[in-house]
Amino acid sequence: MVVVALFVFCLLHLSPGDPAAIIAGDSASPADIARIHQALGLDQPLCIQFADWVWRLMHGDLGISIFTNLPVTTLIEQRVGPTVALALSTLIVSVVVAVPMGVIAAWKAGSWIDHAVMTFAVLGFSVPVFVIAYALTYLFAVRVDWLPVQGFVGLDQGLWPFLSHLVMPTLALAMIYAALIARMTRASMLDVLAQDYIRTAHVKGLAMHQVLIGHALKNAAVPIATIIGVGFASLIAGVVVTETVFAIPGLGRLTVNAILRRDYPVIQGVILMFSAVYVLINLLVDLSYTFLDPRIRY
Amino acid sequence: MTVAPTDLAAIAVPPKRRRGVRSYLRRHPTIVIGGVLLGLMALSAIFAPCLGTTDPQALSPVQRLQWPSAEHWFGTDMLGRDVYSRTIYGARVSLTVGLSVALLSTAFGLLIGLMTGFSRWVDAILMRVMDGLMSIPSVLIAIALMALTRASLENVIFAITVGEVPRVARLVRGVVLTLRDLPFVEAAVASGTSPPRILWRHIMPNTLPALLVQATYTAAAAMLVEAILSFLGAGTPPDIPSWGNIMAEGRSLFQIACYIVLFPGAFLSATVLAINLLGDGLRDALDPRLASRM
Repeated sequence: MVVVALFVFCLLHLSPGDPAAIIAGDSASPADIARIHQALGLDQPLCIQFADWVWRLMHGDLGISIFTNLPVTTLIEQRVGPTVALALSTLIVSVVVAVPMGVIAAWKAGSWIDHAVMTFAVLGFSVPVFVIAYALTYLFAVRVDWLPVQGFVGLDQGLWPFLSHLVMPTLALAMIYAALIARMTRASMLDVLAQDYIRTAHVKGLAMHQVLIGHALKNAAVPIATIIGVGFASLIAGVVVTETVFAIPGLGRLTVNAILRRDYPVIQGVILMFSAVYVLINLLVDLSYTFLDPRIRY
Repeated sequence: MTVAPTDLAAIAVPPKRRRGVRSYLRRHPTIVIGGVLLGLMALSAIFAPCLGTTDPQALSPVQRLQWPSAEHWFGTDMLGRDVYSRTIYGARVSLTVGLSVALLSTAFGLLIGLMTGFSRWVDAILMRVMDGLMSIPSVLIAIALMALTRASLENVIFAITVGEVPRVARLVRGVVLTLRDLPFVEAAVASGTSPPRILWRHIMPNTLPALLVQATYTAAAAMLVEAILSFLGAGTPPDIPSWGNIMAEGRSLFQIACYIVLFPGAFLSATVLAINLLGDGLRDALDPRLASRM
């Protein structure tokens, strides 16, 4: 995390482009820019700026948005709900769909089911998320009026409005994530199914589902957990895009608006937070190895 | 950009077995499918002016927002520009980005990866930096970099490359670490070959198959990231017709003119699919150990 913080700071401060000039606008005089520099502390040496920034970071202060004048933490708090809902539903849908798909594909390796799953998997990470999103919108909202085109409704306004607004974004996002997981599940299962103990289990007279789930999937779980963690990066990227397509007021919209307005502290804060979540998720995945495979100890 | 399918097949197959190229390709049909599809895209990008296109920037307010017809195959956008021409010219931008990022990140990744093989000290520092970079999703790195620089094609390529280099470096480092203890490297050390020479002459060639496969995936990822960046308004400047830009312009008009988004989207998907298929095929061909698995 220290490296990430240092990196994000360096990235934003060493890259060309002066935030003060952006805030001040095109018609600003050098004196105006100098005044803004001073207000933002940008006239201080870099290392002091960094120490200052880290000190405030430790106290949970991510700075104040240039555009809205609200603390970045408040902005993130306001927007976090829809994003968490979207990410969680995507995670659940992908895992529930993709793991069985991968298991069946490995079990019936070489059959048409296998080919269908692999085609889906290759398509899944070739088609960009917004293309899927627009294709879904076209099918379900423009052609037949089943689902709302865009927007987001909180859970407090009823379960169905909440779910109906979440269906299309979730499907669009889950497609990519599920493709990744299905591919890994299949590969990992194929490895395990070739082992001697699987043959033993068959010979012992166990039913197919017992062998597949009890013996094979359990041993194939570690790579699957790894890819769920690594794939979270693409999920984050997908969230930003999907929220833009479906006009969901989440963290993704916040990021995009911040980019369009060059709202420097917000970009910094959101990227730092996304990276922290990513690192945290992967830490959890690492820790889950001990449960999935008791041979692994830390 | 002009990688013809036959060239790739020649790389994939050792010269000795050239007679078996045809049967070999039959066993790896994805190389052919991906190669042909990508070749078509590359050709249409190069010969864009000869494919019945008009100036992709020519405004024609009278003819704005027309649905696909014989005159405008993919329709026209809100400024009356021909979507077909813009899409075909957009292939140039996407393929340029994909190829440049693949080349640059491979070069830098190879360099960094080989340097980690030099000494444990260099390794420790470089890999911590790479780990830090890798813990930020690469799209976010690109977004952050683009948010602070002027929108230009070069900056887009640079921004995407930064996020991809660590992956290549890790890959090279992995190969270097496994090769370092093998007898042929020990033999080279024993016969007094200098470390840079060992890295360059003995170890580097062994990383090439893995690098080639990784480069195809990098190119595919780069094209997707470019489209995402442009789509979000942080990518190539709006006056360049990239697929992401065309889709971004069509975004607000989706309900009345969905074709503006769907055509470039289909092209982008097809191209990325072609590169991924090619990558899968190459991986199977170059790494027989993995071939049966994935």
